[in-house]
Amino acid sequence: MTATAERPRTTIFKRPSSTTGWWSWLTTVDHKKIGIMYGYAAFFFFIVGGLEALMLRIQLSQANAEFLTAGAYNAMFTMHATTMIFLFIMPTSAAFMNYLIPLMIGARDVAFPRLNALSWWIFLFGGIFLYSTFVFGTSVPPIGPDGIAGNIPAGGGPGSFNWLADSPDGGWFGYQPNAGPFYSAGTAMDYWALGLQILGLASLVSAVNFIVTIFNMRAKGMRLLRMPVFVWMSTVVAFLLLFSIPIIAVALFMVTFDRQFGTLFFAPVGGGDPILWQHLFWLFGHPEVYILILPAMGIVSEVLPVFSRKPLFGYSAVVFAGAAIAFLGFGVWAHHMFASGVTPVAQAAFGLATMTIAIPTGIKIFNWMGTMWGGRLRMTTPMLFAVGFIAMFTIGGLSGVTHAVVPSDWQQTDTYYIVAHLHYVLFGGSVFGLFAGLYYWFPKLTGKVMSERLGKVNFWLMFIGFNTTFAPMHWLGLQGMVRRTWKYPPEAGLEPWNIVVTIGAFIIAAGVAVFMYNWHHSRRHGEDSGLDPWDARTVEWTTPNPPPEYNFAVSPVISKLDHFWHLKYDQDDEGRAVRKDDADQIVAELEHVGLNPPEPIHLPNPSYFPLIMAAGFPLMFYGIIYHTTAWGKALIAIGAVISLAAVIGWAIEPIEEPHDEPGEDMSEEVQAGV
Amino acid sequence: MILRCLSKLVGRRDSPYDAVPMVRFRHRISRPIAMVGTTILLASCSFIEIQDAPLTIFEPAGPNAERIDGLFWMVFWIATAVFVLVMGAIVVMLFVFRDRGDDDAAEPKQLHGNAKLEVLWTVIPALILAGISVPTVSAVFELTGCDSDSMVVEVVGHQWWFEYNYPDQGIDTANVMVIPAGQEICAVMTSDDVLHNFWIPALHGKRYLVPGQVTELRLESYEPGEFWGHCAEFCGLSHSLMRARVLAVTLSEFDAWVAEQQAPAVLPAEGTPEYDGYQVFTNKGCVQCHTVRFDDDSASNIVPQEAFSGPDLTHFASRTVFAGASLPEEGQTYDAALKAWLADPPYVKPGSFMPNLALTEQEIDDLIVWLESNK
Amino acid sequence: MSDVAHDTPVSHHDEHESTGIDNRKLGMWVFLSSEFMFFGALIATYLLYSNRGGFEGTYPSEIYDIPFTSVSSFVLLMSSLTMVLAHHALSKGDQNGTRTWLFATAALGAVFLGGQVFEFTEFIVHYDMTLSTNPAASAFYLLTGFHGTHVAIGVIMLLSLWGISRRRGGLSEKQGMSLELVGLYWHFVDIIWIVIFTVVYLLSVPPA
Repeated sequence: MTATAERPRTTIFKRPSSTTGWWSWLTTVDHKKIGIMYGYAAFFFFIVGGLEALMLRIQLSQANAEFLTAGAYNAMFTMHATTMIFLFIMPTSAAFMNYLIPLMIGARDVAFPRLNALSWWIFLFGGIFLYSTFVFGTSVPPIGPDGIAGNIPAGGGPGSFNWLADSPDGGWFGYQPNAGPFYSAGTAMDYWALGLQILGLASLVSAVNFIVTIFNMRAKGMRLLRMPVFVWMSTVVAFLLLFSIPIIAVALFMVTFDRQFGTLFFAPVGGGDPILWQHLFWLFGHPEVYILILPAMGIVSEVLPVFSRKPLFGYSAVVFAGAAIAFLGFGVWAHHMFASGVTPVAQAAFGLATMTIAIPTGIKIFNWMGTMWGGRLRMTTPMLFAVGFIAMFTIGGLSGVTHAVVPSDWQQTDTYYIVAHLHYVLFGGSVFGLFAGLYYWFPKLTGKVMSERLGKVNFWLMFIGFNTTFAPMHWLGLQGMVRRTWKYPPEAGLEPWNIVVTIGAFIIAAGVAVFMYNWHHSRRHGEDSGLDPWDARTVEWTTPNPPPEYNFAVSPVISKLDHFWHLKYDQDDEGRAVRKDDADQIVAELEHVGLNPPEPIHLPNPSYFPLIMAAGFPLMFYGIIYHTTAWGKALIAIGAVISLAAVIGWAIEPIEEPHDEPGEDMSEEVQAGV
Repeated sequence: MILRCLSKLVGRRDSPYDAVPMVRFRHRISRPIAMVGTTILLASCSFIEIQDAPLTIFEPAGPNAERIDGLFWMVFWIATAVFVLVMGAIVVMLFVFRDRGDDDAAEPKQLHGNAKLEVLWTVIPALILAGISVPTVSAVFELTGCDSDSMVVEVVGHQWWFEYNYPDQGIDTANVMVIPAGQEICAVMTSDDVLHNFWIPALHGKRYLVPGQVTELRLESYEPGEFWGHCAEFCGLSHSLMRARVLAVTLSEFDAWVAEQQAPAVLPAEGTPEYDGYQVFTNKGCVQCHTVRFDDDSASNIVPQEAFSGPDLTHFASRTVFAGASLPEEGQTYDAALKAWLADPPYVKPGSFMPNLALTEQEIDDLIVWLESNK
Repeated sequence: MSDVAHDTPVSHHDEHESTGIDNRKLGMWVFLSSEFMFFGALIATYLLYSNRGGFEGTYPSEIYDIPFTSVSSFVLLMSSLTMVLAHHALSKGDQNGTRTWLFATAALGAVFLGGQVFEFTEFIVHYDMTLSTNPAASAFYLLTGFHGTHVAIGVIMLLSLWGISRRRGGLSEKQGMSLELVGLYWHFVDIIWIVIFTVVYLLSVPPA
């Protein structure tokens, strides 16, 4: 022990110490456990969002269908998008980042383990808060400017499932004034605005945490340009979050104030400007697109080299292209608003800026192809998903260029052509990338490999289903099918393709079901993965599968990019890889060297306070929605007291190692290898 | 047949490009990817042949839409070329470089990059994009705004119908916009409540209707014809039923239409069936929202105009569609649709500001007789 | 395997590649960079609406009491100075001085907040400019209100440090880091106020 212990004189609670059992999951600060919880929660929301999508597709499979009422339909598309973006893709990326960043940079945990737990719990409570709208939320007819209210017939009109209508129905984009106090009266959109606010807070906290982790916690020799591309892309995403979340926070605060406290930010009646909302929303919203895609790009950049048995082609170009995409991503927001009547000068400028994004995107795609070229491609499931990613993302990117041609976008915007484009980017892109990652790192997580046979069934079902669903949407959009449409008449000529699309959606669902079975089955009965099932390149594979709580018995010292590969392989004169050492042997030798430093490894103890502190937020936010009532005010007070108490408890928790991670405790000593 | 189909799928019938390269591409690859693609392409043919889509962007009927159409196809073919190149390379790699499970095969060269290649695939896309940007920017400026001497039609968006005012002619109408063909019209647009988005695919792209602000969109049709439109921005419960119709007519027909619309409505004589319908209109609350302009001298011109929120019904029957241009639908007679609409407006159009007035069947029939007399 | 690990134990400090900045401090810097965007969006919104003519009711720029706000701005500016003095005192090991300056900083912050409460009351009661008067007023209250909230949080943190120091007779090294973090935050809040005072108060004139 090099550090002098400093025990505070009073502690109200003893810090929890158990690292097993369900209780340990509630109090854990282990980045791996937090990552796993993120992953499962996100997948749960993926299923919910998927069911919502299926309901939409059933409604649209026929002209003038009467499956959902108009209110239920609007609620379903709003919740589908909100769920998939904020409750599925973002937290799944967060799951990967949590689990992998410390392992990939050779660290034993993140910089602020308790903050890490805090952002996870805030995320979870934010998701629950948002979905509690189905229980508590209300949606009432619009109230016109002259105070006359619209009418909804009993049962909500033609269609069923009208109970679903009592949830946010103003679109995930919440365009004002439709999502404002008059036209979305009722509390549902308050749940939406405040729910996103909570989720944004979770993202912001983890962004700070990851940036500090990556800048300060890298293993010796892990210089910035030796970091795996996934870590690089996570860095970029963290900065994107850091600068875009505050903007949406401001915009959501304005909406909440408009709805709850009578401000006039977006109310045209009082002079408010609805277009301001769009500027603020898309100033967040476009970086958000890259927040969704860059982690997947990082995953693909890890998977491709491993299964091509070649290093990533143009590593630094791929890294800088990622950063360039993010940087440019802040300057193109108005391309979501080409039809809004912004000046032609602005339209031209944003159109050109949008085109420039195609250049770094192209660099990435070509470099991935360069990685595959001349390799020895092993077509495992992760590789299939990664190649599928490149192919599908290319289509999405190319249709994106057609939007950058501004006049062309005037025809395409707000049609199913956009729906097709965004799903090619976010499903064919992000989701395929994330699935590649799930298959690739499953052995790391469990010590087993997922069934390849089922994996291939999974891939082909999803790939075929995906294209059956979204390729025809291009055509539907160009045939004039507008977005967010509950109905279309038979004479619009849209029915045949819509049937195809709906069939495709169910094929995707089948693919996801196969994945779930595969995951569940392989966890129990999968083949043992050994230490290095894929002949991997990066340093996270030098730990046992699954890794011990302290990650590395021996802190790695990194000498090269693709450190692990270079431990295993030499190069001959032609530059071909020549095996020099076995993975098992390398890891065994590492174990043999023993602890580094040869002292007990100090890990932060579990803590109650992240959970407690996070629990205060939804209470306060419920209180804001019902602030006019006495119990609403009471809820605000109770929530604030709970959070404040947790802050105090957090601050006075026992502290033993001040120099390593001030504010973070390292009290229990875990003997490595025991 | 298939070729014609494919060309219709990927281009217009009179497109200068033929679809042959696509077909060759189809034969060259036999992976499941290609099979799926082919199936979709072929399946689509049968669909397209039997379906006519009135909202399609591929049948531009005026100079603005035509210009956009040209731009779209230019980018489409460039994108297709890139797509074929990338997909082709991926498919080739999957064949050529696939691991055959041969343990003795040499490991690949550990190539870290190639500066020349990387510069190349940075510069070439940049040049292509620079090429695309030139016609894009010029089109943006040329297709925005209106000529100062074009005829103005004010478009006002409501939940969920479009109102059309002709300030020079003193006409206030709804759902069907009548314009003279071969002449530029300036749609000067705003919204009464939420954002709407006015879109007539055959004539031009979309433009928002913003409450408290004014936007402009120029419209021109080469020939007389009827064009479909739709509100493209999500605007609340019945967004999907907020549709639009533009009727382009010859200049003389337009003049006749103007004269007809400028005429006041005729007060029905007592004892006629029309008069009963008029009574329903005034007594059951319709007048609280709807205007009917009778002759100004008429002492019976009692229609209140305050709290206006529904379409002007003076020449209701001159319009082929009603209820936000969503009725009548295919296979539905005008009378039957009107009857269903009047019986329960919120059921037909959820959220509608037109309430269910619980009219009896007789009242509805009377009302229809009167409404249909308002030509 | 010398390229895997050192045979000799390495000390804890050499274990990481790092910026050399303490984690907590780096975290605070990163967080504050995000806060700049937060206030940037609020200020931009205010500028948009305050320059737009035609609203009903009073514009905030019509009723600013510049002399009064100048004084309260000066008070807040001085609190940055006392914050620096507190930090300086701690670095010299002068625990009593640290405590005094901490309290002075918190007190000045509280005075500023009092001024803001007075200003809001004036605007609402005398000039009848509320949240719902017009978008410019809404934007003014949201912006200055959020700034005030930041100041209030800062005052609470300062008082906590002051309380800890009083109870334990001084601040430890680790609590010294906390003082540095609070200081960073406090200076940030001051800088934002200087921007707000300049752009929102001094340069803002009612639209013609």
